[in-house]
Amino acid sequence: MSQDEDDLVLSELNDEELVLQMHDDLYDGMKEEIEEAVHILLDRGWQPYDILTKALVEGMRIVGIDFRDGILFVPEVLLAAGAMKGGMAILKPLLIETGAPRLGKMVIGTVKGDIHDIGKNLVSMMMEGAGFEVRDLGINNAVESYLEAAVEEQADIVGMSALLTTTMPYMKVVIDTMVEQGIRDDYIVLVGGAPLNEEFGKAIGADAYCRDAAVAVETAKQLIARKHNQVA
Amino acid sequence: MTSPLTDLLDTQGWVLADGATGTNLFAMGLAAGEAPELWNTDAPEKIRALYDGAIGAGSDLFLTNSFGGNASRLALHDAQNRVHELNRIAAEIGREAADAAGRKIIVAGSMGPTGEILKPVGTLTHSLAVEMFEEQARGLVDGGADLLWVETISAPEEFRAAAEAIANVGADWVGTMSFDTAGRTMMGVTSADMVTLVESLPNPPLAFGANCGVGASDLLRTVLGFTAGGAARPIVSKGNAGIPKYVDGHIHYDGTPDLMAQYAVMARDCGASIIGGCCGTMPAHLEQMRRALEETAPGPAPDLAAIEAALGGFSSASDGTGDAAPSRGGAGRTRRRARAKSE
Repeated sequence: MSQDEDDLVLSELNDEELVLQMHDDLYDGMKEEIEEAVHILLDRGWQPYDILTKALVEGMRIVGIDFRDGILFVPEVLLAAGAMKGGMAILKPLLIETGAPRLGKMVIGTVKGDIHDIGKNLVSMMMEGAGFEVRDLGINNAVESYLEAAVEEQADIVGMSALLTTTMPYMKVVIDTMVEQGIRDDYIVLVGGAPLNEEFGKAIGADAYCRDAAVAVETAKQLIARKHNQVA
Repeated sequence: MTSPLTDLLDTQGWVLADGATGTNLFAMGLAAGEAPELWNTDAPEKIRALYDGAIGAGSDLFLTNSFGGNASRLALHDAQNRVHELNRIAAEIGREAADAAGRKIIVAGSMGPTGEILKPVGTLTHSLAVEMFEEQARGLVDGGADLLWVETISAPEEFRAAAEAIANVGADWVGTMSFDTAGRTMMGVTSADMVTLVESLPNPPLAFGANCGVGASDLLRTVLGFTAGGAARPIVSKGNAGIPKYVDGHIHYDGTPDLMAQYAVMARDCGASIIGGCCGTMPAHLEQMRRALEETAPGPAPDLAAIEAALGGFSSASDGTGDAAPSRGGAGRTRRRARAKSE
């Protein structure tokens, strides 16, 4: 069946059409097609950073909007993120070689006692999709694990996730420890998870509560920009 | 086939389930990050108090303290080898509490999600998921649970795996999903989808429905979706007592007992017959819910506007069912070529 209506040959598309097709292929989670298209653009002399931003990041931005709006759900977003990662794997070494600009670095993990990492994985992937560097600490993270990684990575952002009402208060333990150690203001702290809300984020002293992965990306961009302005 | 649950539904017309487990255990000193299931052996008197709280407040049915009692979740606390023991004891304490109540109380063995995503999207295989649920189910049945109660599921694959595990054990069961994302489950399942899913199982549950999620209004919209979707068996409605707030180092849910009483009556009018609370629902809420269900005559199903007026707004404009559902690839952009996956 793949021969009839869909014998679309990526290499025959011009640059503009190919990039738009990549947005659609990301949306549909087609990893092999994304990898093929990344190679085609590289062969045509595109800069890795341009492929990242114009094709992959922009494509994932569209996925993020439809996720936020309740049109796409977790399974589709995971497939899209998988396709994006396929393209990223090709670009990553080239980006380092070419010294492409960096948006920022995030350390992220699910808090102690909590095994649920679906939302956290989505944030992690969407942040990478948006051009951030991400170190994913996985599940069940104690305060030490967050703080050691944040220092080690010279992170800009610490992200914490919790899905259970039994584990969400642990976020405050982490933030309180940062305050005690006098390092709270060195980081942007983002929190998220199904039982949380904005008021909770404020009450525990986070910089922001992020409703979903798309919001996390937008919030991270805004807060990073603000942080840079303060330094400058 | 007769079961204590269907018997009670036949005689009483509705069943009051219990409230929160986590919120109540926090109030007894559970620390954030600790596994509640370990208290089944470390602090059994507190688990008994949890169950007695629901019974004393008028619940006809309560869930055992075993929500996270599968190997995948217990592994976090290095207790993955204690699945059968912790579940058995959760049910044994429940059995004792129920038998001492002086009236018919149903012990429902709680089984929560594994926390992992099943194939093909995730990595957990169907057979391993079935194995984990089966181990837990056996412990609960061996401890004397009247039936098993699968809850807070978001993926249809996981719901099917739990059903298969329970078929292997040969127990009655009830299954609920959590509709917390734009009226659907996190995995995109709508209320109507769940009706279809439940009826497609070789061993459908005695009752099915929704728990947790985002507030009472959303939950009732889901219940209306079940009836509109052609629900052919009793519907469960277990909503949170408002939304969580952080007060003085602990989580407090802002839903009052009066609000939950109103929710309970509206849930019954929407078509639910097994009604309870989820996070934040304490004995004080359950008492008011019982009183309201006994003292209020059943009425016609409220429409969405009436639900909103009584219980607050919805978290999203649509719940993904009917014509109002936003379409994939919408958002006003022109799609180019959506290609069939090759091979």
